[in-house]
Amino acid sequence: MSDSKYFATTKKGEIHEFKEDLRSLDKSKKKDAVKKVIAAMTVGKDVSMLFPDVVNCMQTDDLELKKLVYLYLINYAKTQPDLAIMGVNTFVKDSQDPNPLIRALAVRTMGCIRVDKITEYLCDPLQRCLKDDDPYVRKTAAVCVAKLYDINPELVEDRGFLDILKDLLADSNPMVVANAVASLAEIQEVSGKDVFQITSQSLFKLLRALNECTEWGQVFILDSLATYQPRDAKDAESIVERVSPRLQHANCAVVLSAVKVIMKQLDLIEDQTLVKTMHKKMAPPLVTLLSAESEIQYVALRNINLIVQKQPQILSHEVKVFFCKYNDPIYVKMEKLEIMIKLASERNIDQVLLEFKEYATEVDVDFVRKAVRAIGRCAVSLERAAERCINVLLELIQTKVNYVVQEAIIVIKDIFRRYPNRYESIIATLCENLDTLDEPEAKASMIWIIGEYAERIDNADELLEQFLEAFPEESSLVQLQLVTATVKLFLKKPTERPQQMIQLVLTYATQETDNPDLRDRAYVYWRLLSTDPEAAKAVVLAEKPVIADNSNSLEPSLLNTLLNNLSTLASVYHKPPEAFVSRTRLAVQRVDELQPTAFEEDVVSISNSDGNAGAAPSGKAESSAPAPDLLGDLLDLGGPAPAAAPAPAPAQTSNGNAGAAGGISDLLGGLGDLDMAGGVAAAPQPARYADPFAAPAPAAAPAPAAAPAVAPLPVLLPADKGKGLTISGQVGRQNGHIVYQLSFHNGSGTPLDGFMIQFNKNSFGLSPAAQNIDVPPLAPGAGGSAVVPLLQNPAMLSPVAANAGLQIAIRNNQQGVFYFNDVLPLTALLTEDGRIESSAFVSSWKTIPDANEANKALPVNLTNVEAVKAKLAAVNIFLMAHKQVPTTNEEVIYLTGRANTVGAPTQLLLELRFSKGTPGIKVFTKSNRPDLAPMLFDALPALLAL
Amino acid sequence: MACSALFILDLKGRVILSRDYRGDVPLKLAERFITKLNELEESGKPSPVLYDEGVSYIYIQYSNLYLMAVARNNINAAAILLFLHKLREVFTHYFQELEEESLRDNFVIAYELLDEVMDFGYPQFTEAKILSEFIKTDAHKMEVQARPPMAVTNAVSWRSEGIKYKKNEVFLDVVESVNLLVNSNGTVVRSEVVGALKMRTFLSGMPECKLGLNDKVLFEAQGRAGKSKAVDLEDMKFHQCVRLARFDNDRTISFIPPDGAFDLMTYRLSQNVRPLIWVECLVEKHSRSRTEYLVKARSQFKERSSATNVEILLPLPPDAITPTVRTSQGAATYAPEKEALIWKIKNFPGGREFLLRCKFGLPSVEAEDETQGRMPPIRVSFEIPYFTVSGIQVRYLKVIEKSGYQALPWVRYITTGGEYEIRMG
Repeated sequence: MSDSKYFATTKKGEIHEFKEDLRSLDKSKKKDAVKKVIAAMTVGKDVSMLFPDVVNCMQTDDLELKKLVYLYLINYAKTQPDLAIMGVNTFVKDSQDPNPLIRALAVRTMGCIRVDKITEYLCDPLQRCLKDDDPYVRKTAAVCVAKLYDINPELVEDRGFLDILKDLLADSNPMVVANAVASLAEIQEVSGKDVFQITSQSLFKLLRALNECTEWGQVFILDSLATYQPRDAKDAESIVERVSPRLQHANCAVVLSAVKVIMKQLDLIEDQTLVKTMHKKMAPPLVTLLSAESEIQYVALRNINLIVQKQPQILSHEVKVFFCKYNDPIYVKMEKLEIMIKLASERNIDQVLLEFKEYATEVDVDFVRKAVRAIGRCAVSLERAAERCINVLLELIQTKVNYVVQEAIIVIKDIFRRYPNRYESIIATLCENLDTLDEPEAKASMIWIIGEYAERIDNADELLEQFLEAFPEESSLVQLQLVTATVKLFLKKPTERPQQMIQLVLTYATQETDNPDLRDRAYVYWRLLSTDPEAAKAVVLAEKPVIADNSNSLEPSLLNTLLNNLSTLASVYHKPPEAFVSRTRLAVQRVDELQPTAFEEDVVSISNSDGNAGAAPSGKAESSAPAPDLLGDLLDLGGPAPAAAPAPAPAQTSNGNAGAAGGISDLLGGLGDLDMAGGVAAAPQPARYADPFAAPAPAAAPAPAAAPAVAPLPVLLPADKGKGLTISGQVGRQNGHIVYQLSFHNGSGTPLDGFMIQFNKNSFGLSPAAQNIDVPPLAPGAGGSAVVPLLQNPAMLSPVAANAGLQIAIRNNQQGVFYFNDVLPLTALLTEDGRIESSAFVSSWKTIPDANEANKALPVNLTNVEAVKAKLAAVNIFLMAHKQVPTTNEEVIYLTGRANTVGAPTQLLLELRFSKGTPGIKVFTKSNRPDLAPMLFDALPALLAL
Repeated sequence: MACSALFILDLKGRVILSRDYRGDVPLKLAERFITKLNELEESGKPSPVLYDEGVSYIYIQYSNLYLMAVARNNINAAAILLFLHKLREVFTHYFQELEEESLRDNFVIAYELLDEVMDFGYPQFTEAKILSEFIKTDAHKMEVQARPPMAVTNAVSWRSEGIKYKKNEVFLDVVESVNLLVNSNGTVVRSEVVGALKMRTFLSGMPECKLGLNDKVLFEAQGRAGKSKAVDLEDMKFHQCVRLARFDNDRTISFIPPDGAFDLMTYRLSQNVRPLIWVECLVEKHSRSRTEYLVKARSQFKERSSATNVEILLPLPPDAITPTVRTSQGAATYAPEKEALIWKIKNFPGGREFLLRCKFGLPSVEAEDETQGRMPPIRVSFEIPYFTVSGIQVRYLKVIEKSGYQALPWVRYITTGGEYEIRMG
């Protein structure tokens, strides 16, 4: 008998019919009706109006029917919180049923019903079930504590569930232990509180349970063991010893989590023979992961990529296992290639090159390109193999396959950079292929080569001239390169023809183009050439620093973070968890129902402490994003971003960085980041080498005196997250303009310069007027400050409801990019011309709909009203009237201010009510932008207090 | 941390079934997923883990379905992917075929399973056999109310108590599959043997089993090295029933087996093995439009063994015209849908060589968009019964149960061709 019949639609009268059947006394008819309702729910129809009728079927002996009703409840309780209470009795009764399956089912389901009223009733059954005789019930109850914590953390703490949960770590049943671990780990991560500290006693219990619980339980336990900080080397050794048998488990996730624990402990072990043995022991299981399903292979390969960066010797003899099979999915092939490059050594390079050459003849164009680049990267990193690599590249060029040739030329440019004046003999071969070049990067590379070796290429001028013909149509990359190459040619061969060429190029570049980069560079060259050709020579033909292949390798602290997160998404994305974790606590509300008015909800802050998954300190800069396309369009924070509330900073950390990491690194990428995503050394970004002027020269002038120091600026980036650099700052107003006051302190060992700033999209469209921060180079130990003017730019406006969060990226030349969050004080937006007529105030108050009104009681005592008025006026909140309410002790103050919001300014209307002698004050506000109210409420206490 | 919801979608992204575990994602996400996937497919970069606007999508594809988990936090990706594969196994165990129709036909059961295999986004229990003891399909629903079997929470979560057989038997198949990669110049780039001990147990009660292999490490530890032939198994992986701590300690393989079929152990050897069946293909281009293959297949194992069901897949150019084939043994047919010639040899004794000649034409005009790609590799599949490459031997399989019955172990050995690729020149 098939259930598919329940999907048959009866169209119009359907709901009515359901209703009737649900009320039927015939049991089987009733059950059929519930099934139909669930079927309708499955295909996405709204059947929430049947709530009372379905809930009426709850009390039944039929387990299948009960499960269906429960499923319905989970889905719709949110929409009918009052009716959901109807189910409570049955839940409570079921939680005492003699059958453990039903007891567990009741507790499990109750935990999934995210209705406040229900959770109150959940406590008693939960308490009982946590101490149930049956382990099946206990393991379910253990998870339920985490569910309840998600809805109402105070309740969990008040009722002592955390302690019971901790007791369950010593439970006789391994599955109960495992679920208790998962539950505690989650609570720890969500709350940021220290609820689950593994101690040496609990460690022992966990290790014991590890041997007995299911594969998933083993993963939970291993993942939390990975956060354990051993007391000493001995401790670490014993963990490694107890965990290493897990490497033999058939479940790949168990193996990877075990590797994670071992890798972490090995750092602390001094006994080098043990370390070596463990390295040896980990290699075969890692290799075997490549026999798993392709999706798992992919995760394994992303992880191996990290492991190999830290400990290349683990797999140094295994490069062959990463050779691609014909039928490997492309995502597996790409990852394998990356690891092959990392494992390539002088010992195995011949074999590896042979493979690359095979791949270069495959069908998939992206893969072929990557294979060609791989050859170039090996040449750059393995000096003794460079010649062999070049020979392979030349063979590939002979195939005349268009994209192979172009890719080969791009990497040969890098090889020339790495080994100057060594392989120029091949230039002739390259020049045979000029006609096939149609991609900007390849063209630019070829032009760079011609310019760089102009003196050795007899017809360099002719070659360049060919390119110059199409100069106006070329992409800016090629144009920039052409300008530089022509200048080089001229400096090396100052004959008539180059002279004409340079005239032509510079004239065009300075007069006809809209591209400021191109124009500025042309001007610089022009001036340089006209004032002092020798200086020009010294600058343009200067010796260039040697490049190294560090593309696709991660910065050490990020690498360590990721290794602590092996097997997790962070290790797949190669991004720290804060960069993509978007889960803020939503308590009772579902995301899709979040309205802009959500500010009234008490959003409980979560902080991103080093919780379960070993989350790392936030704000790690990452200049060479290995998977830009994965996280590429993060900038668009649209959709229901859950941080709509006046959330304290931590809540934004979790959702904000997602945008910052993807978006801003993109933006800064154009500023000369050596972003080698997917390839070898940077495109011939003149900013990097060909042209010293493109480097952002730090302004010599000292920063204008900052505003009179009132209080120290709040710290935005503490030194431990900023690799020694501390950044403090606050958005404020100066002379009618919004500015960002920043101060820096360089606690790192190296001088820092070239500071730049970038904002992510935000609610008020704020962005810095200029990217360069006017701060002098900072010597180690020195500090500096700057005032960055901010502009409001509609393009920077994020479409979500207003929130005060700002996501900022600051980079410098030495340390790369830092991401952090700041909170915008509303006062920064209030303009000096915010005063209005009192008649206008009254009429506005009347015309703005009541829905836009918000109010809040603030725990502030107004004592010196006059001083407060002055203080408010100083931040552009103006007094309209101050009245005594007749016959009461109550006083009312009417205030107004104008917030400069993008589009049209918003007039904020305020009413403060308070009584002399009674603590507290009540604030009412109205404006066209009700979403600003929470920010206003946030700002007020500080302004009203004296 | 745990995943937020599970979805089962058809290839167009329509939700067939979903279960929301944490209430922190909208169910509309499925559409976003498909849009994102299509986007990435166009740029040629889809991977099994996608990220879009704060949500991670982890998915596998099976027949015409996607099984997908979504998460907002940093979950264990490997565990979730494996879980999805296990879920697929559970569904196939229940519905035979996992496809849209079977899910719709059994949506009540499917929901029940989703409730049991995962709780609050944490994988819980995925042993199909044990699940079917308390979540039953309509056909054989019990009258008595189901209770959770002991096994769900027991240390032995894979076997229920009270199993009874008249005849207690164990079948043990040692299956080795040879992976080989030969370069177009004829050198072996890589060879690897992946072995599996596949068991089918029909044993009563809670039997304690102990398996003895000619494991080199064990022999050396016992001081018996050199006396008998031992094999060096590189990476042994065990079913969760095997006590890993014990194995780590003294290399004893002891376990209480699940009932029925399962893979007790897998292992890997990457020693260089001589290719068991060697295939050479000489391509002669007589003219622009006429090409001839001369293929030699040679068996390089002992004469007393014999390979059966040998199948050699010889790729032809996609635009090959009317191939004509002659073989010295077996039959070859042209399979245009695979763009290949399939040469089947029923019985291929050791130390023999067979030939194939194939002539075919090509269009005299070269296609406009000349496919620059290389030919796919030649692939070979075969089975050699009673033979293992590694020389692994089951020395004993002891079964001890408190009722004291005698169980008969049956052991078979077989070697098969796995990913056996010989690149064409």
